Amino acid sequence: MGVLLDNLGAFGEGLRTTAALTLASYLVALLVGTLVAAMRVSPIAPLRWLGAVWTEVLRNVPLTVLFFVFFFGFTKIGVSYVPFISAVIVLGCYTSAFVAEAIRSGINSVAPGQAEAARALGLTFAQVIVAIVLPQALRTVVAPLGSLFVALIKNTSIAFTISVVELTRVVKELASVTGEAIPLYLGAAVAYLLLALPSSAAIGAIERKVAIRR
Amino acid sequence: MRKKLLFVLLATGLVLAACGSDDTSTGGGSGTTAGTATAATFPAGSTMDAIQKRGKIVIGTKFDQPLFGLKALSGQPEGFDVEIAKLVATAIFGSNLSGKTEFVETPSSVREQSIIDGKVDLVAATYTINDTRKEKVGFAGPYYVAGQSILVKKDNTAITGLDSLSGKKVCTVLGSTPLKTLQTRAPAADLSILFDTYSKCVEALKDGRVEAVSTDNVILLGFIKDNPGLFKLVGETFTVEPYGIGVKKDDLAFRTFVNDTLEKAYTDGTWAKIFETEVGKATEIPTPAPPPLDRY
Repeated sequence: MGVLLDNLGAFGEGLRTTAALTLASYLVALLVGTLVAAMRVSPIAPLRWLGAVWTEVLRNVPLTVLFFVFFFGFTKIGVSYVPFISAVIVLGCYTSAFVAEAIRSGINSVAPGQAEAARALGLTFAQVIVAIVLPQALRTVVAPLGSLFVALIKNTSIAFTISVVELTRVVKELASVTGEAIPLYLGAAVAYLLLALPSSAAIGAIERKVAIRR
Repeated sequence: MRKKLLFVLLATGLVLAACGSDDTSTGGGSGTTAGTATAATFPAGSTMDAIQKRGKIVIGTKFDQPLFGLKALSGQPEGFDVEIAKLVATAIFGSNLSGKTEFVETPSSVREQSIIDGKVDLVAATYTINDTRKEKVGFAGPYYVAGQSILVKKDNTAITGLDSLSGKKVCTVLGSTPLKTLQTRAPAADLSILFDTYSKCVEALKDGRVEAVSTDNVILLGFIKDNPGLFKLVGETFTVEPYGIGVKKDDLAFRTFVNDTLEKAYTDGTWAKIFETEVGKATEIPTPAPPPLDRY
């Protein structure tokens, strides 16, 4: 227990990075995921294909591999960012594939008559999606999007493989220096819970607030 | 893991049955020129005598350490450790080693136990001599002194050794001994980029994300070999890892015999020739003077 208190500063720093990494990646995931979901239901075939390829590639390749390929591989073609930004891009894009699938299922739950009526009134495809379909679709997928947020909190721990100094890396480093792995990893578990539990509560609240009353 | 275990079991079985097939060294080749043409005779009951009567020496080495002990695609282990072990084989059997050597993989975790259990006659496997290990096994040698060193790109002139690492991004493996050494010996170095494997550090060095990689020179030499013309080592090694040949703890006669064999190779130039062939050629590093033997 003492080892945790002695290193509270480093621990807090790691926790802060993990939180920042989660929030930034989730923002990227929501924006990209929504865009990809819209692409997948668009009337333009190449856009649909592109959306499908994006989703299938990203969600079917292990995260560790994506980290490695982006951080080390893309550098060779001139795409190079510092570890933190690289991690945001990788985690954001990876999660966006799952977000896109969740939103697409939400879109499919909106009665087709809604979109048809909107089209009949002369709205463009973009207007139909933004003003009519997505507001209804997003309400129904708050719970799965919330689950993705919680999964993302835990996925940030893989960022240590590209040397981001987040919570897991701090714990690994402290464990190797002090040799007291068990209290440190238990501390990490508690810290991840501290991030995830309030998130789950917030998601529940949002879900109740935006639920469509039928 | 299971495969490795199976291999060890299989290898042990072969030794016990003393009827191993011919997947042993064809020997007699490089590095054994200094051996006597005919086999020597040894006092009855000595380990040398037992090995000679058995007709085969069993050598524990690494199969995954480039330049020192690496099992090539041909199935024959090769490297500096392998050739040093063959010197001992030559001293027992004479220069024709065909079918008389058997190599067994001894990863770091099983080296002491393999010697104690008699699964191998000797171990030459980047085996650092230290007091804890001396309580369990005996060491001839050292035949090479490794140590932590610094790898940089070939055109780097800013980093010349441990003292010039201040403010420079240096990569090593998270939680490793070399990291602890850097933290105490080069406290001003920037150690923010750390990975879980050395190969990632080397990628980061190629990409210019870090300016240096630091760990044992033996590991770094392997990377120099794999990336010809790209990297170089700078400065003196700043830790001391004397590599010895592990034998049974109380077998003083065999330990002395191995030491005598090494001493002969030191004086007649065989040792230097082996280093040059196995390590120097691929890495362009100069051949050092052989380390003084520690006959304790």
